[in-house]
Amino acid sequence: MALSRDDVERIAHLARITVDEAGIDRVLEELTGIFGLIERMQAVDTAGIEPMSHAQDVVLRVREDRVTETDQHALFQSIAPRVDAGLYLVPKVIE
Amino acid sequence: MHDLTLTQLSAEIAAKRASSVEVVTHFIKRINALNRKYNAYITVDEERSLAQARAADARIAAGAAAPLTGVPIAHKDIFCARGWRTTCGSKMLADFVAPYDAHVIERFNAAGAVIVGKTNMDEFAMGSSSETSHFGPVRNPWNLETVPGGSSGGSAAAVAARLAPAATGTDTGGSIRQPAALAGVSGIKPTYGVVSRYGMIAFASSLDQGGAFARTAEDLALLMNAMAGFDARDSTSLEREPEEYARELGRPLAGLRVGLPAEFFAEGVAPDVARAVEGAVAKFKAMGCEPIEVHLPNMALSVPVYYVLAPAEASSNLARYDGVRYGYRAGGYNDLIDMYKKTRAEGFGAEVKRRILIGTYVLSHGYYDAYYIQAQKVRRLIARDFRDAFTKCDVIMGPTSPTTAFRLGEKAGDPVQMYLSDIFTIAVNLAGLPGMSIPCGFDAKGLPVGLQIIGNYFSEAQMLNVAHHYQQATDWHTRAPSGIDL
Amino acid sequence: MMKWETVIGLEVHAQLNTRSKIFSGASTAFGAAPNTQACAVDIALPGVLPVLNREAVAKAIRFGLAIVGRINRRSIFARKNYFYPDLPKGYQISQYEMPIVQGGTIGIFVDGKEKTIRLTRAHLEEDAGKSLHEDFRGMSGIDLNRAGTPLLEIVSEPDMRSAAEAVAYAKALHALVRWIDICDGNMQEGSFRCDANVSVRPAGSDRLGTRCEIKNLNSFRFLERAIEYEAKRQIVVLEEGGTIVQETRLYDSDKDETRSMRTKEEAHDYRYFPDPDLLPLVVNPDMLERIRSEMPELPEQKRNRYLGYGLTANEADGLTQSREMAEFYEGLVQALGGGYKLAASWLLGEFTAALNRAGIDVSESPVGSERAAGLLRRVADNTISRRSAGEVFDAMWNGKMEADAIIENRGLKQISDSGELERICDEIIGANPKQVADYRAGKEKAFNSLVGQVMKATRGKANPQQVNEILRRRLAQ
Repeated sequence: MALSRDDVERIAHLARITVDEAGIDRVLEELTGIFGLIERMQAVDTAGIEPMSHAQDVVLRVREDRVTETDQHALFQSIAPRVDAGLYLVPKVIE
Repeated sequence: MHDLTLTQLSAEIAAKRASSVEVVTHFIKRINALNRKYNAYITVDEERSLAQARAADARIAAGAAAPLTGVPIAHKDIFCARGWRTTCGSKMLADFVAPYDAHVIERFNAAGAVIVGKTNMDEFAMGSSSETSHFGPVRNPWNLETVPGGSSGGSAAAVAARLAPAATGTDTGGSIRQPAALAGVSGIKPTYGVVSRYGMIAFASSLDQGGAFARTAEDLALLMNAMAGFDARDSTSLEREPEEYARELGRPLAGLRVGLPAEFFAEGVAPDVARAVEGAVAKFKAMGCEPIEVHLPNMALSVPVYYVLAPAEASSNLARYDGVRYGYRAGGYNDLIDMYKKTRAEGFGAEVKRRILIGTYVLSHGYYDAYYIQAQKVRRLIARDFRDAFTKCDVIMGPTSPTTAFRLGEKAGDPVQMYLSDIFTIAVNLAGLPGMSIPCGFDAKGLPVGLQIIGNYFSEAQMLNVAHHYQQATDWHTRAPSGIDL
Repeated sequence: MMKWETVIGLEVHAQLNTRSKIFSGASTAFGAAPNTQACAVDIALPGVLPVLNREAVAKAIRFGLAIVGRINRRSIFARKNYFYPDLPKGYQISQYEMPIVQGGTIGIFVDGKEKTIRLTRAHLEEDAGKSLHEDFRGMSGIDLNRAGTPLLEIVSEPDMRSAAEAVAYAKALHALVRWIDICDGNMQEGSFRCDANVSVRPAGSDRLGTRCEIKNLNSFRFLERAIEYEAKRQIVVLEEGGTIVQETRLYDSDKDETRSMRTKEEAHDYRYFPDPDLLPLVVNPDMLERIRSEMPELPEQKRNRYLGYGLTANEADGLTQSREMAEFYEGLVQALGGGYKLAASWLLGEFTAALNRAGIDVSESPVGSERAAGLLRRVADNTISRRSAGEVFDAMWNGKMEADAIIENRGLKQISDSGELERICDEIIGANPKQVADYRAGKEKAFNSLVGQVMKATRGKANPQQVNEILRRRLAQ
């Protein structure tokens, strides 16, 4: 599958990363090279093979329903870019 | 003092022949003098380190010392340590002071070890040369014009240059073993799930695994004793009985079946590397081991599979860096989406952005099955190859890296070439197996060569014993680069 | 003019009433100061990881058992990736390809007719935080206290054909989740939220029309209004020759209309993939059996049992409208050692009327089942009449005294001494020759008048049945 400039613009938007006009061509070239490498696995016959998501074949552990966390918002917000009255501030969210 | 191994240093401190404060002061003095040469550390905080050292000395005086009490250890800057700036090599987290401790840090703190500094690394662990760091490239102590490997290059360089007796690292596709090889030190990546990932900043969650660097296998066993263990806060952490990782050291190797995959000795391996690795294999044979040819037919596919799966997971793992709750936020944005886009464009470096874009693409509508699912299926084939090989042998050996350290900038402009430098290490992560790299010689230019040892699941103690025997019979691991004196 | 049929499917987000969040140990309590219940995991600090809450799983299974759905032995948590400030990780952990519950049904009654609504699935996921749009110097404020609260997303098949059916389904679901104690059902606090998928098609067509998803329906009334508005809107568009655009619409309760949500529409591509931080969730048979054994009796089962006590269908329905009422009823009959009919008619009559007057729930009643039993016991053993019971109940409701003490104080005991009653009956017969003659001539009304006079003479303390008996006997002589 050949990547296009449109693909780069689409995924850059999905990933919320600005790629400037000049950058698009550079990224397209790099990704095309990398996908050239990736395409090598397409030839493999994987019919009937179960996809492998985890290194170990184990099942999920669950925790008890207990409140173990205390309020640390002052500490956590000491490293926040912008806060006011305990809230994280962002440019207006339009709905 | 810095010539001592971790084991020796720990004995010195325990016997009160040296105090933790003296040892830590010594290493910090070295770091302050030499780090500008290697750029192995991103952050050193003498006050914090000395406070820990004083506490360690008090603990020793009280007779409550553990094996690592008072010993300085460097940590890859991917482990969150409360009160320490934790950058992950990124501008995005350049000012991020971690408000909590990673499980690994908790373990070392509980053992009384001292954090001597946070080491440099490829940004978000994405790289094989430690050149993608926002804080500049790490230089290989064996030759300052070459890279130390990556992504844990700062940790490897710190141990090689005797700026720390030991260091932690993480390995997603070879990020401990490859720098250990290129910087001439010993490194271990345990079985996936043995070391908790809690507080270890995620790159590719299903592959990331914490591990360590030191100068000897014996030292690594000591580090593993501290780091490994169940952690309820990591759902992929395995509930297992605690192990004594040094328990097998000294057990004879006679009869050990050493699997040699033909794929590891094929073309593409630098002749000097092949020669050194073959020399090591001959040494094992002399120790009574039995070489057995095995096959890993899907090995070559590990790189393409990895460059689908790791970026896919990374694209999602790194979505939290949005400039809202912590980390870098761009200025001069027009609206929310613009803030996201500028923050992420400015806060991430080129390699990280490249991988986020690859990952976004392979997960996007219409491509998921062809890329992501196909890669997961081939991943299973690769894991099966190892399973089959381990029915015939006890450990697998081969080169860690096809070449010795390459020049700074040599592959920086060619991602595909850079990715292929992990050809021998990636498959191990895909399968979730433990692996090591230990020094086994030098090339003609005097650069170290690493021998990779791959074990079956949970066979760390055995692997460490194999490496230990080799280190009893050879002295490659004792060699130090020149220029490390003050 | 063409006749149109409205087709509706509902997606309900029920917050599970666990103490801690689905993937962290932070509290889920409502109404805390902003971000004070958002822990390291909830704010997605670098390096933190999710660990699943056992109770959230148990509650999802309870739901699956209650609707007789399939509990998948193995289910998978996936990441739904999108950027939004109230979504700290940049993805929501949800179940996508393999939900914990599939299938199942819910029965509803509309206009006296029963209908079965099929469920597609119910899956576990985490809630997002909240964006507060009040002006913070031109910015929005983000509160992540709600982030990570466990949700059960319950998706129905498009089986409803009117706003009334949708509301009946939503109410049945609402009653059920409260009944099995998995959700507090508080719609104002957002514990139970409905999204409706609405489409219209020519009556008789078997093809589904293009649907619109309406969000933000936080009351049954809004659900009804929004569906009605939306169906009409779509019909107008189609009748004018237009086409329906598949989109998400927001219901504006002030204007009573739905409107398109433009901003989040562009480029939906959630890039779902299995969450590598979470392994497959496996429900083992032991866990399933334990949860099954802990299941409360469901409304349907209770209803059938009550019919077996000789209650009418209306009574059985009335008592199973809420678990609290059913439990009150069962406590009452247990204390009475029977009295099924009496307890049912009194609970649905006098007791319910008192609750309604006070505007309170069963659980808030000042008269509990034990005290009520004290009252009904005296009705059952004919100590007091049903009429006096009303007066005693009023006194119990407004005070602390028990039934027996009130009866005693107020002298409400029925005259059960038959000699005394016979004497009074004889007096009344003697004083009313006309009525006696009329009765003997076959006028039943005259008899009622005699009973009334006896009751009046005893100030209501005579047992009417006993009075009937004595009068009939005497008049037959």
